Amino acid sequence: MVLLSLAWKSLRNRLLTTSLTVLSIGLSMALLLGVENVRVGARESFANTISQTDLIVGARGGSLQLLLYSVFRIGQATNNISYESYQHWKNHPAVAWTIPYSLGDSHRGFRVVGTTEDFYQHLRFRRDRQIEFAAGHSPKDVFDVALGSDVAQALGYKLGDKVVIAHGVAAGRGIADNDHADKPFTVSGILKKTATPVDRSLYIQLEGITAVHIDWADGAPPMAGDEIPASKISKENMKVEQITSFLLRCKSRIATLQLQREINTYKDEAMQAIIPGVTLQELWRTIGYAEDALQVVTIFVILVGLLGMLVSLYTSLNERRREMAILRAIGAGPGKIIALLVLESGLLAFAGCILGVVMIYGLSFIFQPIVEQQFGLYVPVQPPTQTGWIYLGAVIFAGLLIGFVPAWKAYRNTLADGLSVRV
Amino acid sequence: MSSPAVVLRDVRFSYRSGPEILDIPELTIARGERVFLFGPSGSGKTTLLGLLAGVLTGYTGSVEVLGQDMAKLRGSARDAFRGSHIGYIFQLFNLIPYLTVEENITLPGRLHPARGKQTGDVNAVAQRLGIEHLLSRSVTQLSVGQQQRVAAARALLGGPELLIADEPTSSLDFDHRERFLELLFENCALSNSTLLFVSHDRSLAGKFDRQLSLLDFNRAHRKEAAV
Repeated sequence: MVLLSLAWKSLRNRLLTTSLTVLSIGLSMALLLGVENVRVGARESFANTISQTDLIVGARGGSLQLLLYSVFRIGQATNNISYESYQHWKNHPAVAWTIPYSLGDSHRGFRVVGTTEDFYQHLRFRRDRQIEFAAGHSPKDVFDVALGSDVAQALGYKLGDKVVIAHGVAAGRGIADNDHADKPFTVSGILKKTATPVDRSLYIQLEGITAVHIDWADGAPPMAGDEIPASKISKENMKVEQITSFLLRCKSRIATLQLQREINTYKDEAMQAIIPGVTLQELWRTIGYAEDALQVVTIFVILVGLLGMLVSLYTSLNERRREMAILRAIGAGPGKIIALLVLESGLLAFAGCILGVVMIYGLSFIFQPIVEQQFGLYVPVQPPTQTGWIYLGAVIFAGLLIGFVPAWKAYRNTLADGLSVRV
Repeated sequence: MSSPAVVLRDVRFSYRSGPEILDIPELTIARGERVFLFGPSGSGKTTLLGLLAGVLTGYTGSVEVLGQDMAKLRGSARDAFRGSHIGYIFQLFNLIPYLTVEENITLPGRLHPARGKQTGDVNAVAQRLGIEHLLSRSVTQLSVGQQQRVAAARALLGGPELLIADEPTSSLDFDHRERFLELLFENCALSNSTLLFVSHDRSLAGKFDRQLSLLDFNRAHRKEAAV
């Protein structure tokens, strides 16, 4: 305890160096913990892009592909599934709810998704958050469209604006910009930000998808004279023939595997059902390299911080030779001299860690909403994760360990100096 | 209590492969004695003190302090022995800059519980040395004279059997020097401490029980002179 109070007072005496050292360790610690939080946040956000969905069902093909176009709106389906099959599974006794998606059209680079009221009712992300409207309401008419918040923001649309959707999903413009120009949609609602791919799509009714393609044949626009004008179209006379995929929630989770098997072996149509969590994990593993790289960089930042501490302690030793001689004279052995310096460096590392934790708490508290808004990344404000604690422990331990370097130097000094120090 | 404070026999010492610094056939200092040790710089004064304090090892012959054969003590035991039984005053900069006056004075007692137990009243010692009003001050605010008195208080607290003072007055002016010496004598008498006072200023020598010239009993220099 005597040594601890000595170490503390000695550090306090060199306030400027001490605070700079603590600051540098604190900053690197905050960076390390911040990266850790972002890493966890990214993984969580990713894993929680959809929640409460037990199965994603689509035409048979790659499971990753199904996940990508159903959840992330990346890539395209090679096949659709029939509306009858969808109805069959929707009415299956084990099924709680379904959300159908009909994909394939776009608007200025953003995907257009045909769906039903179920989407606004049942879709969950980040555990239990659901779709909310910033303005307006869900599409009630065939030619109504609801915009994801990114879409509305990027294109500057407001309620009542006319939107023309294009056939195909090529980035930027559709195949020909005005494919469905004869049937414009009206913005009926704008969704609140969800920080998921939901923000980057436009939502219309399934019947809307049918309507814009009603006069098309074999994927080609109608010949002159064959067009069916929008005025002749109403929700009632639109018959949905097919959808692309659907999300499914079981009444009991235990039924999930059973149902998955049933769908995969469905005789009437070649279909596949995937468990999103499993496939999301597969996907994360393939794109997880970035987080490793990030971690390596921050570990080097920590090393630089600790090295700074080493330098500041080491250079202070020459001014402190006198102090060491006094301590020797009043009976402090080399062991105590070493302990004093190791304690000082341990205290510095400890204080740096505390500062780092406080900083990262404060920063995530301030920047959480901004990060979520700008990057769609939900970084939780939470006490350090298990990995975070391991980092903290490791840095304090490294701090103590590093203390042995100046301690050894001081020990050598005291042996050489004895009680005589030429100032 | 019957053993002398210091007994040296046939002590030879040299720093690593350097010339011999000390060659002392015999030196005895009785308990309670006030000894004035003088000699030109480089005559081995500081080295001798290092041996007595148990900081320097690697000598031949025997060094007994307060009846304890220093060669028989291992490293940490030597440090503890010094901390518990010996008070030490340097020429200058005796104090730890980041502690208050009181913390400086009580530090040996806190480092060594044995010394701590016999630690007398800090206030009493401070009062005798005329620094009781400075106890809570930071040492950096003190004049040199005050600093030396604080150093004396630290060395004297707990009444160590042996007090070693290495040119403690050389940075003080004449008046302060006289006053400091008086205080040192008074307090050594109170705690019955042996005082080994090192200086090159012979004008103070008359106040001591015995005067020792290092050149007289250290044969190392005679040999060197003969060469």
